[in-house]
Amino acid sequence: MSISDLSPLGAQGGSHVRAVHDEFHGDLLEVSMGPHHPSTHGVFRMIVTLDGETIVKLKPVFGYLHRNHEKLGENTSYLGSMPYTDRLDYLCSMTNNWAYAIAVEKLAGQPVPERAEYVRVILAEITRLLNHTCLAGFLMQDLGCSGTPLMYAFREREKILDLFESLSGSRMMCNYQRFGGCRVDPSADWLEGAKQLTDGYGQFLDEFEALLTGNEIIMARTQGTGVLSPELAVAAGVTGPMLRATGVNYDLRKTDAYGVYPRFDFRVPLGAHGDVYDRYMVRVLEMRESIKILQQALAGIPAGPIMDPKAKLRGFRPKAGEAYGRIEGPKGEIGFYLVSDGSPNPYRYRVRAPSFINLTILEDMCLGQTVADAVIILGSVDIVLGEVDR
Amino acid sequence: METAEQIRDRLLARFPGAEISVVTNPGAAAQHSLLLGHAHARAIAEFLRDDAPLKLDQCSNVTGIDWPEKKIVETTKVTVPDPAGGPAKVVEQKSERVQPGYLEVVYHLYSIAFRHGPVILRLRTGNRTDQVTVPSLTPVWRACEFQEREVFDLYGVKFEGHPDLRRILMWDTFKDHPMRKDYVEPDDYEWEPTPHGAVLEKAKAHYPTPPAAAIAPAAAPTPATGGAKS
Amino acid sequence: MSDAAQNSSPPVTITDEERAELRRQGILLTSLQELYTWGCSNSVWPLNFGLACCAIEMIAASMARFDIARFGSEVFRPSPRQADLLIVSGTVTKKMAPQVIRLWNQMPEPKYCIAMGACAISGGPFKQGYNVLKGIDRFIPVDIYIPGCPPRPEALLHGLLELQKKIKGFKISGPNAPRHLRDDQECNCPVPEFGEHDLQPPQNPKVWTAPTIVRSEKA
Repeated sequence: MSISDLSPLGAQGGSHVRAVHDEFHGDLLEVSMGPHHPSTHGVFRMIVTLDGETIVKLKPVFGYLHRNHEKLGENTSYLGSMPYTDRLDYLCSMTNNWAYAIAVEKLAGQPVPERAEYVRVILAEITRLLNHTCLAGFLMQDLGCSGTPLMYAFREREKILDLFESLSGSRMMCNYQRFGGCRVDPSADWLEGAKQLTDGYGQFLDEFEALLTGNEIIMARTQGTGVLSPELAVAAGVTGPMLRATGVNYDLRKTDAYGVYPRFDFRVPLGAHGDVYDRYMVRVLEMRESIKILQQALAGIPAGPIMDPKAKLRGFRPKAGEAYGRIEGPKGEIGFYLVSDGSPNPYRYRVRAPSFINLTILEDMCLGQTVADAVIILGSVDIVLGEVDR
Repeated sequence: METAEQIRDRLLARFPGAEISVVTNPGAAAQHSLLLGHAHARAIAEFLRDDAPLKLDQCSNVTGIDWPEKKIVETTKVTVPDPAGGPAKVVEQKSERVQPGYLEVVYHLYSIAFRHGPVILRLRTGNRTDQVTVPSLTPVWRACEFQEREVFDLYGVKFEGHPDLRRILMWDTFKDHPMRKDYVEPDDYEWEPTPHGAVLEKAKAHYPTPPAAAIAPAAAPTPATGGAKS
Repeated sequence: MSDAAQNSSPPVTITDEERAELRRQGILLTSLQELYTWGCSNSVWPLNFGLACCAIEMIAASMARFDIARFGSEVFRPSPRQADLLIVSGTVTKKMAPQVIRLWNQMPEPKYCIAMGACAISGGPFKQGYNVLKGIDRFIPVDIYIPGCPPRPEALLHGLLELQKKIKGFKISGPNAPRHLRDDQECNCPVPEFGEHDLQPPQNPKVWTAPTIVRSEKA
């Protein structure tokens, strides 16, 4: 029996047999990655359609950590939501606090004393160091450098958390900022500790970069991976280091000039290619700029009250109206939209979470890449599920 | 940047017959917004994105707000002449009217090119039950994609022209829209390890029936325990 | 060994002090039970599974400063098939609960569960959320509860030590044996389905029923 006997087309059937063969190769494989997966980004799920090892379709699935932050915010007082904001992006509680405080201060027209503004800048920049360091560690973990960079990152994190703990009483959930100032005044000892941390951080970054930045394997894996064009990034509302890695010069610390940021001399690092490596490098350079801001802020912090004496916290009832306040968080633009109807609770409490909106273009970045790259692209977006799902 | 009124006037000149009105914000932030009719909403959004002096290329935030039906009691003072010929009396008349409920979608727009903003757009649905469709702005700003899905999931606003309108945070077979003000959550507060007042209140429904002696005082009407704060 | 043979064997007359003295002299006298629980308790391998905020502190516990490796638990396994310990580190939402229970079912016995943090114990600060499960113990049996929001890494280490103590107290035969050594106990938990308003069923009645509350109302 020859192959032509098997084919329905008879003697000309050779091509037909090959067509069956092609069809076999054309089969797509659907893989559900998550919500439990070995990378360190929480309960995020992607449904990935693979052609061989290449991604042809990717659908993110959210909601595995949807803990009803906004509904709870509408059922508690304005001040009662402050501890909840700590748990949004649980690596950067200080910047979440600040964004919420800024939104409420806009809503109520509440001024903030100068010393508190300085303390806020100091804490926000330390938080940026903390977040970017941990992110670099997690990204390397995703790349397969199991343990070592993350160990270095967490060694520094512990030093920062010691500072936070001595100031606010809690390692992660600081609940420190208030409408019209901050909860406690940092002592001279604390400021000295922050200064020591700042002065030593450059040395840590040198060490960290010597390990990672020029590493051949990291460059091979990350350069040209997950490229994002500036046009798409702007249209998709991407903010923060993700946006700046594509070369768009947009940093709310410069454009909105909130707090006392206009007084400090710092530059905004920009990427050129919009790939994973650029996102890593932008964050490393941002940390160096943060150190510069910290040194200026710690040298120039004025004496004075930490809370506006007229600020009201308990029984706080802003007039009817609405406000949208935003700051440049470590992950991007974190904003709070508040609608007040004059009652002690917000009528509408909305969190504009940067890492949720930065995920909009995850599919566009992953198409055509291999499935192993999807993990590091996700790692470079820098998501925290508490904020993505709220 | 132009004020909301200036933008409205320019839009009305460009789109004659479009429904555009300015919603003033009485609060300290004074971020006024533009309420758009459905017919021209997407064309206006495209215009705002590409317009040379505005160039609102970033849609930062999309959110829903639920405004349920509200009874408004208006008190008007009416002067009633005394039939007996004495001095006219001032009588307070109370009139009730029902403000119809609707769902609202709010868009916060910024310009990355010119670094200004926000311009706030509002779209409103006809009511909260069957006319819950608004035009989707996802074709104009990609950033709306997931946020509009979230508004659909949590508020039940249907976005016409959205490429992939599915639930995003809750599971697909979920039926309710939990961020609406009249949503009733499943009652699973059988046990309360926290001394949280509201949780305790919910858990009380599951307590074992107290002995007959204890029922008598509880059966008496308890004025304004739950109703006032809800 | 039958029950009769067990009963007829001579009673153990050696005391703990004598045994410790023997051990110092280089003679190890032990029972199968002691050897078994000693081995089990010192190689508790956790599942590499983080849910929310507490997961960061769980990672911190495995890093240099706290170093969970001192207690034999540094081997975080990515696959539930290789893990002994499920650390429920964070808020379990109703959307996530079936997956957590499936992971628990996929773990081989002997397995233990630590509810880490207020959310895993009771829903914590998010208890009033419509999508938040009010404690993972409604669906799977929990061995150790660690309060805190989030618990410090030291608290996690303390919880692990308490778990080790608990394992060392296990009897490997008789009516007090752990469930995996007995035929009459089910090791798997039913996985709930997504309903129209809530999970179906909302709890596993075999492991959790609402405690009876005796509360004197304030006058």
